[in-house]
Amino acid sequence: MKALEVKNLSFKYLIGKEKVFENLSLSINKGELVAIIGRNGSGKTTLCNLLRGFIPHLTQGDLEGDILLYDDSILKMDLSDLSDKIGYIFQNPFIQISGIKETVYEEIGFGLENLGVPRDEMIRRIEEIIKLLKIEDLKDKHPAELSGGQRQRVAIASILAMDPEILIIDEPTSQLDPKGTEEIFEIIKILKEQNKTIILVEHKIDLIAEYADRVILLNDKNIVFDGTTSEILSKEDVMSYGTNLPQIAKLGIEYNNKVEKLSKIPSVLEEAVEVFKDKV
Amino acid sequence: MNGIKIDNVVFNYPNGFCAIDDVSLEITKGEKIAIIGQNGAGKTTFVKMMNNLLRPTEGTITVDGIDLKELTTAQISKKVGYVFQNPGDQLFNRTVYDEIAYNPRYNKLEESKVKELVEDAAELCGITQYLKSNPYDLPFGLRKFVTIACVIAMGSEYIILDEPTAGQDLDGLVLQSKIIDELIKRNKTVIIITHDMEFVIDNFDRIVVMANKKIVADSTKKEIFWDFEILDKASLKQPYISKLAHDLKMKNYIIDIEGFIAEVKNK
Ligand SMILES: Nc1ncnc2c1ncn2[C@@H]1O[C@H](COP(=O)(O)OP(=O)(O)OP(=O)(O)O)[C@@H](O)[C@H]1O
Ligand SMILES: Nc1ncnc2c1ncn2[C@@H]1O[C@H](COP(=O)(O)OP(=O)(O)O)[C@@H](O)[C@H]1O
Ligand SMILES: [Mg+2]
Ligand SMILES: [Mg+2]
Repeated sequence: MKALEVKNLSFKYLIGKEKVFENLSLSINKGELVAIIGRNGSGKTTLCNLLRGFIPHLTQGDLEGDILLYDDSILKMDLSDLSDKIGYIFQNPFIQISGIKETVYEEIGFGLENLGVPRDEMIRRIEEIIKLLKIEDLKDKHPAELSGGQRQRVAIASILAMDPEILIIDEPTSQLDPKGTEEIFEIIKILKEQNKTIILVEHKIDLIAEYADRVILLNDKNIVFDGTTSEILSKEDVMSYGTNLPQIAKLGIEYNNKVEKLSKIPSVLEEAVEVFKDKV
Repeated sequence: MNGIKIDNVVFNYPNGFCAIDDVSLEITKGEKIAIIGQNGAGKTTFVKMMNNLLRPTEGTITVDGIDLKELTTAQISKKVGYVFQNPGDQLFNRTVYDEIAYNPRYNKLEESKVKELVEDAAELCGITQYLKSNPYDLPFGLRKFVTIACVIAMGSEYIILDEPTAGQDLDGLVLQSKIIDELIKRNKTVIIITHDMEFVIDNFDRIVVMANKKIVADSTKKEIFWDFEILDKASLKQPYISKLAHDLKMKNYIIDIEGFIAEVKNK
């Protein structure tokens, strides 16, 4: 079943000189974990905003084509109906924090309050999410007195607490340490197992290689590659679009080009172990 | 004595929270050094003390032999420049040009000299075409380059970059490597905080690891990325190439593609 569908979309910001997208089409199935990659400025965040309805509801522009959330046009839906179904984690954790709550605990409850969730249920969900994100030690801190990475975790927690069926996550780990980053990916994996539809923008390509089902590469107003993760992330071409390849794939390509031909370019660790185990 | 010398520094935030607990470190003039480690370890707090944005609760910091307590804000910016983790904490002018020109103008330099400094810094940071833009109209990744340019134009001898790699694409990372090389060529000292292990491996040799208010290691990248105890303590991970070498039970200390291929060829 299609969860989201973009049909022949062209878009230009009101103050923009050039179109961001031209005739872009794409569909995302329910339960899929899709990574969107591409150089900065390629339109990843704009696409997220369109899928969430922030464009055109809050930010206007010239838009052609249509975007469907399960068969209903997002362009015609109410933003509040959309926020029940789609959770959005912003790219910049420094702006996601509400700025009006005194503790991390209340901050996480903020979205739930707005959704009108009953108090008992609210407490249960906050406690659960605090545990899931391992931020027990932060719950009494003031949101403005957090380190960059701590803020990012809290921003993620406050969205996950609302338990949306579709999640749009824009660079969720940019401020996180390596272990924290892996933990977020593990949480994303759990959400996927709950059959949530997840759209993830991320530069940490090694982790995309491990976790995503599908990769979409944006460049020059449209999609250049759309396919399974292992197919896309073993292509040398990807680097010419300003995005990195996983270290493992880079190693495979380098070895393939300079030492001997490989039957397959690996993109994750287990594949690389297979490829190299007879060579060392 | 040249360099930054940090002696037994403690830092408590006004709410009483201790973020740095008895830390010492020496940084040699002209070197480049990466500070890595877990979220909340105290990295930002630590480096902010190196340019007086925060004052140590206890201990002393000297820069080229001068106690930081004796320097005014204007004097300190000549010595140590800090690029904020969040560009929003640093940017407040209406155009990128004015933003980069702010410190040189504050120091009452001739407008022609200011222009020269702004153009040089903008060029190095790849933002020449945005000089007339409002910094807030630029995407996050580019805004970071504006803040880097500001500190370059200040002419500080020690340059601290707090997570410049966050949210950068491949081109952005390549440009940052270039900037670091150029700064070292200009005899600057570069101190960087980053969570990007591959970037660390490509650009740095000396690595300082922080965890839980302290420095837990200060060594070469080869040592650090094969020290599982330290990695675990500081919430770090081995780089993927090291993980592969580890899984394949290859000789220790492989940390990059070059090293891996050389080792395979050796067989
Ligand atoms: N203004 C503040 N008041 C009180 N505590 C603070 C303040 N700023 C930071 N802290 C606390 O000090 C500790 C260290 O924070 P710091 O920002 O130095 O960490 P960091 O190592 O830079 O982390 P990150 O990698 O997440 O940026 C954290 O526990 C944080 O919650
Ligand atoms: N609010 C806005 N108004 C005008 N132009 C914008 C706005 N947001 C983004 N853009 C422009 O749209 C293009 C795509 O940006 P963005 O979606 O942020 O890309 P990415 O997330 O891939 O870095 C860029 O050229 C950017 O400058
Ligand atoms: Mg973006
Ligand atoms: Mg920090």
